[in-house]
Amino acid sequence: MLARRIIPCLDVKDGRVVKGVSFVDLVDAGDPVQIAAAYDEAGADEVTFLDIAASHEGRDTILDVVRHTAEQVFIPLTVGGGVREVADIRRLLQAGADKVGINTAAVENPEFVREASRAFGSQCIVVAVDAKRRNPENPADGWEVYTHGGRKARGIDAIEWVQRMEAMGAGEILLTSMDQDGQKTGYDNALNRAASNVLSIPLIASGGVGELSHLYDGLVDGAADAVLAASIFHFGTFTIAETKEYLAGRGVRVRT
Amino acid sequence: MTPPRIAIIDYGRGNLRSVQKGFGKVGYEARVTRDPDVIADATHVVLPGVGAFADCMANLEDFGLIGPIHSTVESGKPFLGICVGMQLLFTEGEEFGTHKGLDILPGRVVAFPQGMTVGEGEHVERLKVPHMGWNRLHVTRQSPLFRDIHEGEWCYFVHSYHAVPEDLSVVAATSQYGVLFTASVWNDNVVATQFHPEKSDKAGLSMLKAFAEWQC
Repeated sequence: MLARRIIPCLDVKDGRVVKGVSFVDLVDAGDPVQIAAAYDEAGADEVTFLDIAASHEGRDTILDVVRHTAEQVFIPLTVGGGVREVADIRRLLQAGADKVGINTAAVENPEFVREASRAFGSQCIVVAVDAKRRNPENPADGWEVYTHGGRKARGIDAIEWVQRMEAMGAGEILLTSMDQDGQKTGYDNALNRAASNVLSIPLIASGGVGELSHLYDGLVDGAADAVLAASIFHFGTFTIAETKEYLAGRGVRVRT
Repeated sequence: MTPPRIAIIDYGRGNLRSVQKGFGKVGYEARVTRDPDVIADATHVVLPGVGAFADCMANLEDFGLIGPIHSTVESGKPFLGICVGMQLLFTEGEEFGTHKGLDILPGRVVAFPQGMTVGEGEHVERLKVPHMGWNRLHVTRQSPLFRDIHEGEWCYFVHSYHAVPEDLSVVAATSQYGVLFTASVWNDNVVATQFHPEKSDKAGLSMLKAFAEWQC
C-alpha cells in the first residue's frame, strides 16, 4: 500500500536557502542543491523549493538551481513561487522540476490551472492554497483564501476553492494554514480534514509543525496524504529517519 | 564492452531530462531524440511518458514514431517503457474513451475503481486517485530490470490507470492500491514499469543501470 510522504520544504531566495540549514555538515549550508541532495540521502520522499525571489533576475537563478538539483536528486522535486504563465511552467519542467506549484495566479485566473493541466498533465500541477480561519476560535465558521504571502484576503471559501481547483485539473493541493504557519503548535487539522474530505486528489498539509506528533496528527486527524515541514528538519530538531521511525512506530505507513 | 547507445524517445510528452539524467548518474550517456535514424541506430530504446493515453498516441503518430517503435521491438534490442510508456504497449486504453495502443502486448489499460477504501469501521480510509507516491513492489519474476532489486522495494508512482495484460505470464511485479495491479512487465526484449525508475531514488537508478547493461 501507498506510503504517506514526508516532504521538506526549502525557501529559496536568489539561489540561496533562506537562513540555511544545520541538520548535516555541508560545505555550503545555504546551497539549495547540496541541501536537496542531503535530504534525498536522508530518506525524504520528495523535496519542495519555494522561490521567494522578488526580481526577474532571481527567477532565472531558480532555473539553474533546479537544473543542478535534477542532476543529483532522483526523487520528485516540486518548485513553487512566482509561477504566473504557461511559459514559467514549461521552463521549470524543462529545467528538471517534476511538479510546479501555483498559488496567486490560480486565484487571479482559475482558468490558468485548467490550461496548465491540459498542457502538461495534472500530475505536475500542484495548487498551493493559503487559508485562514474566519474565526480563530471556531473552525465551523470556515476558512478564507489569502494570497501575497497571507497579506491579501480574497473573499473565497477555502474548502470550495480546493474542490474547484481539483475540477480545474490540479493534481495535488498544498494547503497552508496562515493561522498556524510559524507557530510550531501543529497543523490546523480541522482545515486539513475538511479539505481532504472533499478532495479525491492528494492533500499535502503545511504550516505549524514543531514536534513529530504534529506530523502524525496531520496524517491521522487531518487525513493528509503527505506532510510538508521546514524548520524542524532544517535545524536538525529531527532527522527524516527519526521522523519515519516515529511515524512507523505509531502505525503510519512510511517508506523506509 | 562498447558502451550502449541509449535513445530516449521524445514525442513532446514528459520530463525526459530526468530519465536522461538518471542514466547519466549511473554512468551511461543517453540521447533524447525523435529521429528515426538515431532510434534505429540505438542499442537500447526508452519510451517514457506522462499525460493522457490518447494524447501520447496522437503525438507518437504525429511525429512518425509508431513505425520506429515497432521496428525496435521486432529487432530484439532492449526496450523500456515507463509509466504511460508502459501503458501504450498494450492493445487499448480506456482513458477519456477507448483508444488504440501500440498493441505490442495484448491487454487493456483501465482506471482504478471509484470509491476504493481500505480498513474497517472507524479506521476506514478512502483511497485517492491518482495513485501518487511511494508504494512497494511484489516481484513475481526476476526481470532483467530487477537484477539488483529485492522484494518489497519502494518505487514512485503517479497514475490513475493501470495495465491489465491478457497473458499474465508477462507480469514481472505487482503492487497493491485497493486492487492488485501490474507494476512491471517483461516479455522477451521488452520491459516496462508503471512507476518512474528515474524518480525512485537508488532502487530506480539501479534499474536504469541494469537496463543499460542488459544484452538480449
